[in-house]
Amino acid sequence: MDDIQKKLALPSKASREDIIGRIVSYSCIAAIIILVISILYFITSRGLATFLTDHVNLWQFLTGKDWNPGSLNAQGKPQVGALPMIVTSFSVTILSALVATPFAIAVALFMTDIAPKSGTKFLQPVIELLVGIPSVVYGFIGLTVVVPVIRNLFGGTGAGILAGTIVLFVMVLPTITSLAVDALRAVPAYFRSASLALGATRFQTIYKVLLRAAMPRLLTAVIFGMARAFGEALAVQMVIGNAVLMPHNLITPTSTLTSQLTTNIGNTIMGTLPNNALWSLALILLLMSLVFNLLVRYIGKRGEIKS
Amino acid sequence: MQVYDLNKNHIVTPPGEIALSTNQLQVNYGNSKQASMVDASLSFPRFQITALIGASGSGKSTYLRSLNRMNDRIATVHGEIMYHNTNINSPKVNVYEVRKHIGMVFQKPNPFAKSITENITFALKAAGITNRQELRQRVETSLKEAALWDEVKDDLNKSALALSGGQQQRLCIARSIAMKPDILLLDEPASALDPISTAKLEVTLKELAKNYTIIIVTHNMQQASRVSSYTAFFHLGHVIEYDQTETIFQTPNIQATHDYVTGNFG
Amino acid sequence: MTPNQTDRLATRFIQFLVLIVVLILLFLLGDIIISGLPHISWHFLTSPASSFSAGGGIRDQLFNSLYLLVLTLIISFPLALGSAIYLSEYAGDNWFTSLIRTAIEVLSSLPSVVVGLFGYLLFVIEFHLGFSILSGAIALTFFNLPLLIRSIEGSLHAVPNSQREAGIALGLSNWRTIRGILLPMALPGILTGIILSAGRIFGEAAALIYTAGQSAPILDYTNWNPTASSSFLNPMRPAETLAVHIWKVNTEGVTPDAVSISAGSSAVLIIIILLFNFGARAIGNRMYKKMTGGK
Repeated sequence: MDDIQKKLALPSKASREDIIGRIVSYSCIAAIIILVISILYFITSRGLATFLTDHVNLWQFLTGKDWNPGSLNAQGKPQVGALPMIVTSFSVTILSALVATPFAIAVALFMTDIAPKSGTKFLQPVIELLVGIPSVVYGFIGLTVVVPVIRNLFGGTGAGILAGTIVLFVMVLPTITSLAVDALRAVPAYFRSASLALGATRFQTIYKVLLRAAMPRLLTAVIFGMARAFGEALAVQMVIGNAVLMPHNLITPTSTLTSQLTTNIGNTIMGTLPNNALWSLALILLLMSLVFNLLVRYIGKRGEIKS
Repeated sequence: MQVYDLNKNHIVTPPGEIALSTNQLQVNYGNSKQASMVDASLSFPRFQITALIGASGSGKSTYLRSLNRMNDRIATVHGEIMYHNTNINSPKVNVYEVRKHIGMVFQKPNPFAKSITENITFALKAAGITNRQELRQRVETSLKEAALWDEVKDDLNKSALALSGGQQQRLCIARSIAMKPDILLLDEPASALDPISTAKLEVTLKELAKNYTIIIVTHNMQQASRVSSYTAFFHLGHVIEYDQTETIFQTPNIQATHDYVTGNFG
Repeated sequence: MTPNQTDRLATRFIQFLVLIVVLILLFLLGDIIISGLPHISWHFLTSPASSFSAGGGIRDQLFNSLYLLVLTLIISFPLALGSAIYLSEYAGDNWFTSLIRTAIEVLSSLPSVVVGLFGYLLFVIEFHLGFSILSGAIALTFFNLPLLIRSIEGSLHAVPNSQREAGIALGLSNWRTIRGILLPMALPGILTGIILSAGRIFGEAAALIYTAGQSAPILDYTNWNPTASSSFLNPMRPAETLAVHIWKVNTEGVTPDAVSISAGSSAVLIIIILLFNFGARAIGNRMYKKMTGGK
């Protein structure tokens, strides 16, 4: 056996290095998996306690309109109707996405098709700055600017779905915009040139070709925006009014899932029904974020541009 | 495209010492059932240049990359690669040692984003050579062998990315031979270079063949005929003919080879 | 209307919407800076907060934010780096990898309040860490990990494959190739990613309210013993950050000058985050130039 033959058969420093590398990176990834599983497990088990330990009826929880977990209702059952918060959460989410989407697509189109060079150079930092502003600052401005304006215009306290929507609109705008830019940039250039070469105007090209080709990814962008809006806690909590009442219009104080959680989880005692009921709200938030995630995947799979 | 009988072949075994040989090598990329390379059995003579020629997609690069296990992550390779009485295609073999002894230079020059010196010393240090004197010696020798020394000896600390394409490629050769390999695999090393750099590279290769066994994949038939002593012709994943370069280019035994070297192909 | 007229009208409409977005940003920044700057003074930055009387500062909150940021990065960067290396260099194209990617996506889409509550449940209560900087840093790590992993993986991915091949063809181990060749090349991108995530950490509040807590005990900046309860370095003490402070003074409504304190704090927060953003860009560009030899 010659020297080289021996070397080929035996492990060397490099083989040992690679084992170390594998151990290091595999353990990091294992930590992440354990983390995600334990988040899912802990929130779920806490959130289910309301139904399993306290025997609250799931249907009543989801459709009941009275939220006062500390006290019992006429039938001697705890008042844990989460419907007002669910309705409010969905309202602010959908409304803010509806308002933000046209703006987001306009900004994205401006950056990709109307003024690609100067538009990108100028608007990219605008979007990054909007992302960078912390949510408490949005909340603070909502509280000091938006709420008083609404109060002066419509009366009442000013807090409510409208204020929440306005604040969330600005917060989800950059999320939707930057994803919409990616969506439009992913449309191959020859889609544009083919349409323009047929004599279509730029608007016709945008409307009939671009937006259609990019539709699945634009939808994904909007869903990401909605996910952010749905999960946002503090900014909304600061302007929504935090009264657990069924919203009758856009300007009465009400409460979202997140705002109820942040306001009260510190005021309840672990293991009691009021506390468990709040964890059930957290579970709804968790499940909704999984739903948004699945939606994005589903649309993404169906809508890949085949080219 | 004319259809040739792919199973008709003419393969010789060179006389003298054999540095590396393959036995029925078959390569499948990813999970593909379709083999990109079948049944390649070739022997490479020591201290000679062997050229692998053939059209794009003929499997010559795939074959070359299998020789030092560069395809490990992307393909499954069946068959034997014999080197020093060891089948280096076995998973038990220390693949890092294989690559130390069988170096490789790629199509596009790929120097590290480091200085010229560091490009060469990085792998040496990793291999445990720490003596400064020896490191400096190896840098100088390998750069001289790669015919780059005179051009860069005054700015060895300059970024390798500031060199010209031809210089970068010769640096990559120097980087490989600084590891003192036995065999040097070159995957179309001149395809990204201008004619002058190519000519320089060919001279360098001929010089290197005194101390190294060289296997070179090339698109350029003139290049194959200029530098190599043996040539293998690949077609659609099969080795069609392997013989002395002169025979391949002047009196090939197989029709497909004849058509390819005379340019009557496809 | 002719198509050309429609075209012109549509373009005008898009420009109008863009203009509104830009005005919103200008209004936001202007409002924060204009209403905030007058309240920023040396006194504001260097005196402790007071809950029930006017004139409190933000010294401890500011320090807590920075300390928490550093601790979070110390915990999350190695984890994110290891995971990103796994995903970019070791992961095969199989169900396991896509499971991991899904897990990371789920983590990134979780609302930060849920992440915070998980931290509260597990670390504050189960592990008895209490409201502490450490609990906060761990919660922020969860919240920060997916983003950091994605940006590091992206930077590694951007390194040309030919560099990997160059490394392993020399007989280097994958690990050595990653450490010695790929990471240095990916460094500008990684740094930019870290700084941008620092901005996010700095402004995050929801994940902290129930982990790092909402109280800022008086700190002793001369006590360098991290185990002493009054020491500013003690990671086991509760720590209200700047962002949490803004939230708290506004929702509790017991501080008489809540609005001016929030305005000043918001301005400080925004200025620091702006610095992070510009810093990220500048460092990224500079290192990129240096690496490519000025070409």
